[in-house]
Amino acid sequence: MAVAENKTEKLEGWNRPPLIEPDGEGELLEVAMGPHHPSTHGVFRMDVALDGERVIRLKPVFGYLHRNHEKLAEGMTYLGSMPFTDRLDYMCPMTNNWAYAIAVEKLTGQEVPERAQYLRVIVGELTRIVNHASAVGFLIQEMGASGTPLMYAFKEREKVLDLFESLTGARMMVNYMRFGGCRVDATAAWLDATRKVVAGLPKFVGEFEALLTGNEILMARTQGVGILRPDLAVNAGVTGPMLRASGVNYDIRKVDRYGIYDRFNFRVPLGDHGDVYDRFMIRFLEIRESIKILEQALKDIPGGPVMDSKAKIRGFRPKPGEAYGRIEAPKGELGFYLISDGGPNPYRYRVRPPSLINLTILEDMCLGQNVADVVLIFGSVDIVLGEVDR
Amino acid sequence: MKTVEEIKAAIEAVVPGAGVEIVSNPSVSGQHSLRIKPSHAFQVAKFLRDDAELALDFLSNATGVDWPDKEISEKVKVTRTVAKTVDGVEQQVEETVEETKKRVVPGCLEAVYHLFSMAKGHGPVVIRLKTANRTDQVELPSLTPIWRAAEFQEREIFDLFGIVFTGHPDLRRLLMWDEFKDHPMRRDYIEPDDFEYEPTPHDEVLLRAQAHKSREQGLGNRE
Repeated sequence: MAVAENKTEKLEGWNRPPLIEPDGEGELLEVAMGPHHPSTHGVFRMDVALDGERVIRLKPVFGYLHRNHEKLAEGMTYLGSMPFTDRLDYMCPMTNNWAYAIAVEKLTGQEVPERAQYLRVIVGELTRIVNHASAVGFLIQEMGASGTPLMYAFKEREKVLDLFESLTGARMMVNYMRFGGCRVDATAAWLDATRKVVAGLPKFVGEFEALLTGNEILMARTQGVGILRPDLAVNAGVTGPMLRASGVNYDIRKVDRYGIYDRFNFRVPLGDHGDVYDRFMIRFLEIRESIKILEQALKDIPGGPVMDSKAKIRGFRPKPGEAYGRIEAPKGELGFYLISDGGPNPYRYRVRPPSLINLTILEDMCLGQNVADVVLIFGSVDIVLGEVDR
Repeated sequence: MKTVEEIKAAIEAVVPGAGVEIVSNPSVSGQHSLRIKPSHAFQVAKFLRDDAELALDFLSNATGVDWPDKEISEKVKVTRTVAKTVDGVEQQVEETVEETKKRVVPGCLEAVYHLFSMAKGHGPVVIRLKTANRTDQVELPSLTPIWRAAEFQEREIFDLFGIVFTGHPDLRRLLMWDEFKDHPMRRDYIEPDDFEYEPTPHDEVLLRAQAHKSREQGLGNRE
């Protein structure tokens, strides 16, 4: 197994997936995993060629959930696409809103009021915690611990979704952010309720972690499985917890310092081996850092408006030009690329989906592994099909 | 980070004839881009990745843009001599007339790449490649051998815009099914007329279904 011994070696040329030779006995078995396999979290297919239990070839097949989100956005106003971004990665609607708002603000140069910046950080980090906890829950479910660990995560997710509901009116399809601020202000009672939920989070994380990380079966199944080399990860454009689990220190919150992330004290956890276990642990560590950010943001949040009162909402026409805005979404770099021709609709609207691009190296990670581990490796990538297929 | 002008100079020093052209971006984002000749794009991309100072090791976003043929009508003042009868005498008089002239700016397909550096933490550097036209010369060199991140994104551009990336290891449709004919993200894409599948067509749909059916009968089997 190619362990990370050649970590510093630079990749040259086209990094094609390695060729795995079958052992020459019998025929290869071709299996279509999906599109209705329970582990694919949606409709996604992997065409796998197996030699016994070993994976010889794996080709992902996309498009079952394709609705051409980008084309739809070209036919409606800038604000009209905001609710549709909720449906991209439906586990984390807040960060999708945020990335789109940042891209449009880059295009127009709108300023965001202080309080709105803080609210964005609060809802964004809550989203990250919910996403990472659920991702870990799903991963363990795929290992065979059906239901219970996932429900632990979902119990906490429920509390956060209740907060979102009381803030925005919707649990998941929040449609909360606007260009130059947020749609509604949070009341003092909402902030108190959030403080209460955040105060309970460390206990939950501690329990969840103690239950799982020392588990012998979990370690046996995940350690040394699905290794991703850091140089390949960078070359393949992998971002988010996947990249950091391979030991590459790249967090857009630290690199771009978008919003007000330069004000918070938090660290970027890094993995060492780049296997499934590291990707699993990274998510726990990131939850802890997010709790730190939340505590600071909830302490410092100032009063004031959440939206520039002069911000134009009707007849919103950015000047001609283009902008690429990106944020560190829970799954990786979520970017929006917009071209304006001066009209009310974007001329070109592009979503850079972290889920799709993180799947580029799925084949590389799975080759030579057992077919049962494919499910685990795939689960550790943490994708949502709404974003992969758009 | 270097400015686009400096990057242009650096590219031209290493890859002569790259034909780098700065495309300025009038919006406040200030993300100007570099247009590169497709024939030299591969060497330029390799330079951008491997140069010690730029170190653009991370291809974040690759996407297509469709620019259809554009008809521009301009008003031009034309001076010409015309024969005119002034006071009963025929004279040659100079006259200035406004004429509307139409010219067609040929369209193209464009691939846009956003590059960042993970090693140095800077970016984005935007590079653009342009096809010769939108119909038969739509080949561009694939940058997948340089950045693996382009593998699925170039497949998506091929699928939705119809740019053919030469040198791509596995150029198939990504989101639409293999038998699909058109490229849906093009500006002039027309949705297929699927009204025969409507169980009970009515109103406007009925009219369109009838039109569709008569057309279908006239043409024989629809492809």
